[in-house]
Amino acid sequence: MKGRIIGISGPTVTVDIPDLKLYDRVRLGLERLQGEVVHLSSGRAMVQVYEDTRGLALGEPAEGMGRPLSAQLGPGLLTGIFDGLQRPLSRMAAVHGPFIRPGKLLSPLAMDQSWQFTPAPQIGDTVTAGEVLGTISEGSHQHPVHAAAAGTLTMIASGLVVLKEPIALLAGDIKLYAHEEWPIRQPRPYRQKLAPTAPLITGQRIIDFLFPLAKGGTAILPGGFGTGKTILEQAIAKFADVDVVVYAGCGERGNEMAEMLEEFGELADPWSGQRLMDRTILVANTSNMPVAAREASIYTAVTMAEYYRDMGCHVLLLADSISRWAEALREISSAMEEMPGEEGYPTYLASRLAGFFSRAGVVETMNGRIGSLSIILSVSPPGGDFTEPATQACLRTSGAFLMLDTALAHRRHFPAINWFQSFSLYDADMGSYFEKEVSPAWNRNRRKCQALLQRDEKLREVAAIVGADGLQDSDHLLLAVAERIRQDFLCQNSYSADAFSTPELTAEKINTIISWGEAAEKRLTDGEELADILSKDKP
Amino acid sequence: MRLAEHRYKTISSIRSQLLMVEQVAAVRLGEVVRVVGPDGRSQEGEVLLIDGHTVLIQIFGECRGLDLRESTVIFTDAIKQAPLSLHMLNRVFNGSFLPLDGLPTPLPEKWVPVAGVPINPTSRARPEEFIETGFSAIDGLNTLVKGQKLPIFSCAGLPAKEIAAAILKNCTMTGTGQGRKQAVVFVALGLSHYEYSFYMETLAAIETNFVAFINLSSDPVVERLLAPRFGLTVAEYLAFEKEMDVLVVITDMTNYCDALREISTSREELPGRRGYPGYMYSDLASLFERAGRIKDRAGSVTMLPIVTMPEDDITHPIPDLTGYITEGQIVLSRDLHRQGIFPPIDVLPSLSRLMQQGIGTGRTRDDHRQTANRLYKYYAKGRDLRGLEAIVGRDGMSVSDRNILDFTDTFEQEFVNQGGSRRAITATLDTGLAILKRYGLEEL
Repeated sequence: MKGRIIGISGPTVTVDIPDLKLYDRVRLGLERLQGEVVHLSSGRAMVQVYEDTRGLALGEPAEGMGRPLSAQLGPGLLTGIFDGLQRPLSRMAAVHGPFIRPGKLLSPLAMDQSWQFTPAPQIGDTVTAGEVLGTISEGSHQHPVHAAAAGTLTMIASGLVVLKEPIALLAGDIKLYAHEEWPIRQPRPYRQKLAPTAPLITGQRIIDFLFPLAKGGTAILPGGFGTGKTILEQAIAKFADVDVVVYAGCGERGNEMAEMLEEFGELADPWSGQRLMDRTILVANTSNMPVAAREASIYTAVTMAEYYRDMGCHVLLLADSISRWAEALREISSAMEEMPGEEGYPTYLASRLAGFFSRAGVVETMNGRIGSLSIILSVSPPGGDFTEPATQACLRTSGAFLMLDTALAHRRHFPAINWFQSFSLYDADMGSYFEKEVSPAWNRNRRKCQALLQRDEKLREVAAIVGADGLQDSDHLLLAVAERIRQDFLCQNSYSADAFSTPELTAEKINTIISWGEAAEKRLTDGEELADILSKDKP
Repeated sequence: MRLAEHRYKTISSIRSQLLMVEQVAAVRLGEVVRVVGPDGRSQEGEVLLIDGHTVLIQIFGECRGLDLRESTVIFTDAIKQAPLSLHMLNRVFNGSFLPLDGLPTPLPEKWVPVAGVPINPTSRARPEEFIETGFSAIDGLNTLVKGQKLPIFSCAGLPAKEIAAAILKNCTMTGTGQGRKQAVVFVALGLSHYEYSFYMETLAAIETNFVAFINLSSDPVVERLLAPRFGLTVAEYLAFEKEMDVLVVITDMTNYCDALREISTSREELPGRRGYPGYMYSDLASLFERAGRIKDRAGSVTMLPIVTMPEDDITHPIPDLTGYITEGQIVLSRDLHRQGIFPPIDVLPSLSRLMQQGIGTGRTRDDHRQTANRLYKYYAKGRDLRGLEAIVGRDGMSVSDRNILDFTDTFEQEFVNQGGSRRAITATLDTGLAILKRYGLEEL
């Protein structure tokens, strides 16, 4: 399937390759840039190119690869850092130097690395397609190796294996490999989807206590610039109680990815004690990398996440930020001259996002295990305006909305999650879980805490008008309790030991504050002076 | 590689700065073309779009005088490149890299495409080395580090150019003393003649090496898109090949974005918010992300772009998108300016995301973080209290609140305000500590 380039318009290239299929992968020009077919008409196809098209010439060769854009899946993904097309950035730097130039391709997995393989069937056995040939150990993870074809085994490896060699041979010299390729836009199959029942513990008190997330659930973090979206996403990536974290830096800063890479290599996972990087996969498509690859990057990330989910892991996918993805979608749509919808975004923005969110969930995998994939996306609304299309499209499908507030951020209250506007649809289910597993007072304290914060807001509005002297003693007491909740409970410094709080500590901390408030209230009604109560017990 | 230059006389239409050329046999996207008019005048342009054998060309200069019959389009088979050599130092160029200082064009050591290529994130070194700008409000509370991109958000009428000039003159990058050199790349976009002469005087007076790219308000609009790319290509060359610490000052990014909008509209692209193209974020990122440091290489590229916020509105697309890409922002305040405070930097909305790594023991001074936190905390409190003061009056407030209000005024007058003088970081921290002490606020 070969042809030539007959037109170039920014990131879209028209080619005259016959017999292409929609979403087939195409290599273009002398540099062999990567692209994907997005439009077909007789005699010509439009290709969305994932790399910089500058310098590409009319008449240069183009070749259809006969398969869609895929991710390579197998042992060795963990600890890796990939770009949006799953190019391994560490090895790219070692081979090609510190700058990423177009067309340079390396296999995503290290094909020479050796792994421990334990075979299941023996030579002479007949295997069916999809049957498990054995497992490869990657740290604590067991990768099942599935047979891609059926037949009689004439060879099967055992012990140390490398990915580039076939792991087994079938009669007729059919080679079977330990890794697989999966089209990134196609969700990986499972037996059935289950309702989320367990919480996703983030170690952030305001989230776990007021707006709990669920394993297999979804959440969005919208906020203007400087509200700490990235810091919060990184904190969750560090502390979440999951087996695998896939973090996609989608159209964001290169320095942040470098910092994360360094930090995650040093810090330990608070749950297992192992190096954080050992459970992490980074996908870095920084803002200056080609836009089309940014669009693909979240699919690359979610496919790798699903792969670990299918091994029965709890996986968390974080993407920062989905607005940059939506903008990439808009740019591509406009290059294809599609009819624009609101603010120039294509009308299919909401359905694409919904499709992406639906890849989250708790599932019973094809081999009967239970795995979960949770998705948390940050949103960067232009001008901090939450009515814009990308935020609204996310709101419709996500299970929790953690709104980051510029006013709180300016006061250096972090995480700057607004406790009035945010919500979680999982709160009732997760509340009963925490009540059973962590503290019987969980829900009671939660209601009390919310009521206090509500009343605090009202009182501060009043105080702003009449002055603090115009308030009653009981109001002053309430303000003091609310202040403690805000400062000591809701605030959490990501640069200190307080950055991570277990649900037990969270429950204890809020209980201390609320019990203190209740006791103080009683002493006030018993006639004790407010000044005494506050001065004696001031935290 | 084509063996001969291709020349065509097949222009089928000319509209604003766009040419349509027919029956072109070989052409690449982004290829530089020369267009020679009937009067023999030659201009540069770039290939924007290829549809079969029809090619759309963007002209960088003026189209006046071009016609359909006589004008010739020459395809050069090369994409836009910058000529680089150390002879560029202390020279002034226009937005097309032609000398403005009357001296001959320097002989290039090499040619490099101006668009740049992304730095592999794994090769980036963490920005953590302190840069002293000489302004307390920046050095003390919103510290700039090597490899950072930190914009100054200004408003029309505020002294952004005086601040830029002072930084050009005063900035020192620590560590440069140990055999490492520093250089300033100054890119001016859409400058009026008055500002031009101001900056020329500044450049003549500074001691560090500089390279300047000047695009005046009367110069072609397309050059406003080219000049920062030339500037950054030069900066990368000086930093990563010649081991210099390079500070890139670009003024004014608002003119850049307006040029982007103008050209996007003339290309009939779909407008986004306020008419700016939808790809403005990616386009700005392709500039700002070129700042950074690279592991195992000596130099660094630091960026200090100046953005004038239209209508003083920080949510306007230009400052908004800039803020999403850069590592913080320095915000100027009309209020402080009215009080005669220079530099009128409002430290509350200002932020340097990379400050934490660049301060403290071994970088600035061990008490830096603590002092900065205290100053910030009490100043923020004081600003809150000013709202209350407006309602109940100063007399209606408690003694401690009045003390913090006094501190807030002094902080603005003595810490932020420093007139034309340059403060070293130790002087900055000492000033801050002295003010805290005067109001009995040394303890948190």
